[in-house]
Amino acid sequence: MTQAIDATTHHHTHATFDKLKCKECGTEYELQAKHVCEMCFGPVEVTYDYDALRQRVSRETIEAGPNSIWRYRPFLPVQTDNPIDVGTGMTPLVNARRLARQLGLKKLYIKNDAVNMPTLSFKDRVVSVALTRARELGFSTVSCASTGNLANSTAAIAAHAGLDCCVFIPADLEAGKVLGTLIYNPTVMAVKGNYDQVNRLCSEVANTHGWGFVNINLRPYYSEGSKTLGFEVAEQLGWQLPDHIVAPLASGSLFTKIHKGFQEFIKVGLVDDKSVRFSGAQAEGCSPIASAFREGRDFITPVKPNTIAKSIAIGNPADGVYALDVARKTNGNIESVNDAEIIDGIKLLAETEGIFTETAGGTTIAVLKKLVEAGKIDPDETTVAYITGNGLKTQEAVQGYIGEPLTIEPKLDAFERALERSHTLGRLEWQQVLV
Amino acid sequence: MSVKVLIPTPLQNLTNNQATVECDATSVEELIDALETSCPGIKARVCDDSGKPRRFLNFYVNSEDIRFLDGTQTPLADGDEVSIVPAVAGG
Repeated sequence: MTQAIDATTHHHTHATFDKLKCKECGTEYELQAKHVCEMCFGPVEVTYDYDALRQRVSRETIEAGPNSIWRYRPFLPVQTDNPIDVGTGMTPLVNARRLARQLGLKKLYIKNDAVNMPTLSFKDRVVSVALTRARELGFSTVSCASTGNLANSTAAIAAHAGLDCCVFIPADLEAGKVLGTLIYNPTVMAVKGNYDQVNRLCSEVANTHGWGFVNINLRPYYSEGSKTLGFEVAEQLGWQLPDHIVAPLASGSLFTKIHKGFQEFIKVGLVDDKSVRFSGAQAEGCSPIASAFREGRDFITPVKPNTIAKSIAIGNPADGVYALDVARKTNGNIESVNDAEIIDGIKLLAETEGIFTETAGGTTIAVLKKLVEAGKIDPDETTVAYITGNGLKTQEAVQGYIGEPLTIEPKLDAFERALERSHTLGRLEWQQVLV
Repeated sequence: MSVKVLIPTPLQNLTNNQATVECDATSVEELIDALETSCPGIKARVCDDSGKPRRFLNFYVNSEDIRFLDGTQTPLADGDEVSIVPAVAGG
């Protein structure tokens, strides 16, 4: 059992965060494991002392920090000087010239979290923060409700930190995501239901076993980790903000936290103030936020997911209303694409940029394409598309939609014949495209 | 018409720290009023000023979100289980 120390009772000179505050009604709470307001059930969020941050942080201090998300530690809700650092973050910001040309954009970048460490998705960011905080709050067992990537990350980083781990996933996940969790030997609960049912179950379990659920009772700390996706892009663009970002929407948390990250950098003077347009991507088979955006609603009607994009298949998104708000106030858009377009998006990114993303990334690229075609992204805008996961984990999604190897005898003439045949096939394919 | 209600932690100070409460009700709307009778003050916590469930609170009848059923008009039968769960979680 857990929750040994209440960290708030200790005096820490390094802490730049000071309390939890309800986003809806403003009620304030101590820095404990709590995710909802007791008064109105709104989400509680960590608040910071921005004057202290402004004094303490500069471009130079950040650049002198570790090559991981922890270079931004003063902006993250942990007190320790020794956070769990497994090399998470500082993933490549790729100048995507070939994809840009194909789409008709002038400046397009891919923030490539398909190669984030240690488990190849953006989730390593939020989990590194959540487990560092879990340790500070005295938890010895950590847990999560996951669509797959989060389970991989929680299990891996818990193993590194020596924490016990129990993860909950929908029973029908892709094989790679299940194997990529089991290898770290946590307890895995495969729940016969969709993610929203897993989430509800975990919400009921969260307070009964004294565990730290990264995306439930530790959610205010966990979600702050996504701000680093905003910080890194700003730093990697030479300490300036892009004009437009496109990111996938599941719960809506990542989207709103990238926005918060940009705002914080403006607030403490690390970048010049500038309006950045925020556009969100959903799969048609699970698009409650895109529907609300299209219909001009300010509330989310939950849906039952039916899409290959399982990692973003959340029918009842916790931060949906906030994501809507960010897209609207920044003059962005929220669009959805169907499963065929998602597969095309995965292939397009792979063939133009050499980046193999999973279905969430395919959704983002397909929506990026759709927005450009609809004139909703100006070709002159510096645009960043966030790729949040790795395609090797969702191989089922593209199986049957990609080529096959040419199997040959180990003989020169067999090679020549096969090469000739592949050229002919290539020409035929090309002709088909023209027809 | 006994219905079992699962109470989330933030509301358990109104239910003598009980995680479950038994109620008699034939609909979710009735259930909220019945809860208010046995645990005064709870209605104002689970409903907004217009009397509708708060937007950051989900109600489930036998594990189904009432927004996929008939909302607060969703009928309840003997032995049903109603779960009140904070919406902000996951992702």
